Amino acid sequence: MTEDALIIGGTQIKSRLFIGTGKYSSNSLIPKIVESSGAQVVTVAVRRVDLDSKNENMLNFIPEECILMPNTSGARNAQEAVRIARLAKAMGCGNWVKIEVISDTKYLLPDNYETLKATEILAKEGFVVLPYMSPDLMMAKRMRDAGAAAVMPLGAPIGTNKGLKTKELVKIMIDEIDLPIVVDAGIGKPSEAAEAMELGAAAVLVNTAIASAGDEVSMAEAFSLAVKAGRMAYLAGTGAVKDFAEASSPLTGFLNA
Amino acid sequence: MSFYDVLQKYEKNTVWERIQNVTKKEVERVLSKESFSIDDYFALISPAASGYLEEMARKAHRITLQHFGRVMVLYAPLYLSNYCVNNCLYCGFNVHNELDRRKLTMEELKIEAKAISQKGIRHILILTGESRKHSSVDYIKDCVRVMSEYFTSISIEVYPLKEEEYRLLVNSGVDGLTIYQEVYDEDVYKIMHPSGPKKDYRYRLDTPERGCRSGMRSVGIGALMGLANWRTEAFYTVLHAYYLTNKYPDVEISISIPRMRPHTGNFEVPSPVSDRDFVQILLAARLLLRHVGITVSTRERSSFRDNLVGLGVTRMSAGSVTEVGGYNEKRGDGQFEISDDRSVEDIRQMLYSKGFQPVFKDWQYI
Repeated sequence: MTEDALIIGGTQIKSRLFIGTGKYSSNSLIPKIVESSGAQVVTVAVRRVDLDSKNENMLNFIPEECILMPNTSGARNAQEAVRIARLAKAMGCGNWVKIEVISDTKYLLPDNYETLKATEILAKEGFVVLPYMSPDLMMAKRMRDAGAAAVMPLGAPIGTNKGLKTKELVKIMIDEIDLPIVVDAGIGKPSEAAEAMELGAAAVLVNTAIASAGDEVSMAEAFSLAVKAGRMAYLAGTGAVKDFAEASSPLTGFLNA
Repeated sequence: MSFYDVLQKYEKNTVWERIQNVTKKEVERVLSKESFSIDDYFALISPAASGYLEEMARKAHRITLQHFGRVMVLYAPLYLSNYCVNNCLYCGFNVHNELDRRKLTMEELKIEAKAISQKGIRHILILTGESRKHSSVDYIKDCVRVMSEYFTSISIEVYPLKEEEYRLLVNSGVDGLTIYQEVYDEDVYKIMHPSGPKKDYRYRLDTPERGCRSGMRSVGIGALMGLANWRTEAFYTVLHAYYLTNKYPDVEISISIPRMRPHTGNFEVPSPVSDRDFVQILLAARLLLRHVGITVSTRERSSFRDNLVGLGVTRMSAGSVTEVGGYNEKRGDGQFEISDDRSVEDIRQMLYSKGFQPVFKDWQYI
């Protein structure tokens, strides 16, 4: 197997499992989750970052070797997302940003149009932009053209743990877009993360499924293994799916004898 | 259309009859569902459902963890002024109550703000009584300017304003509005608010909508449980929240379940809410409104509040003082009596011991 590198914004990423930091019972769990998941890319809601707090500043709990991906959670339009991203940069959170624009508090579905507008502005400003979106091929192409470093379609509505419900649409995006496709949101079980990876996703981002597990640290490790297995299966080329069982000893084998 | 038109479709006697007549079988059928509609709420808030609190709690716990995580947002109230022209029969700031009336000067406000922010609080809720003379919109605006140096999120709980006044405050740095209807039963409302501008039921009822339209990020509503039949009041509160979330999906709607407390003056609580009742209101709200924030204040006593962690509550006040200038100097004439007088640090420790993370900052003024 040739070297399988994931490169986003010019940086080689060693783990294809990205993790979130919200919803944990304590920030002190974060380093343990980072360790057991092997994740390198860690997303943080800028709205929660409190640089002035000694005990509760989430950034103090994220190991230095991680790539910080601040997200614009709470933004209701492009303008707010842009302001939050700039704030993150000013706070010293680096130049990566996950754009999250949600103006629907009921289903928490992203607003692709506003996300595109924010992508365009922030990419021009030199941010490594990873837009979180509802899977839509044309919109993803526009985001690519606007300068997105990767696109992050949702597998199911955020926080639902429902799995890869958008599989067909995500598959089309993987086939058609020459950017890393990161499945973000909805993944509820390691098997679903593996499914996304088998499909050819570049990475998956998981938060709720780990944070709401009985044993968060073990679940983080389980996801890590599943993502690796899924990726390996994708690279190995999964066998074709057939409608009928096929015997390992073929019925017409005698013809070749 | 206003929420008032929606309310007309749910006449209180019909609602009460429906709630009362729910059978155990109906409760069981509803509880077996994945998600709930307003129609299911009749069952969830019914006397019949009070025997199913454990099952409801398990569901509510799961939904809360999934949507909000093991976190609790903390905030503190700050009273700017207790001048009030209203005559709410149940309130300590009632115009007829003998009370040392005062409002904070900007210098005093700075001292209060500093005292609160030093405790780690980043979300502040500022309150006033209703007095356009003593606590004008300009005065509130000036206060917001001062507060923005100390806090990352500023909410207001003041008398109902016009939409453009809300917009002015939003542009000055306010991101949240709390406005309780107090009581949805219009007949009881009239009795409880015999004089003053608050007499106007409809104007108050439409206030959350004016807030939603003005650009507020979050709008919190609630009824003062105990003023009228609490089961129907809980129904109307949830109906109101449901209406607002559908009409203004870009605004974070939250509800609060303030329970009547003793205060200055003599007031008998007409429809007392027991701990068990309170928990049913909380759980039923969480089951129906999965994404809606639920706030519990320090009106509730400490041991009870601790037990509510994980059952659907997403926001709690901590280290609260309800007297004007009370963070700097204790006076003893607050709007209502605090039942949980623990410090912010105590609440922080309590949450950690329950496996919950206290979140002091959940918004950043941008």
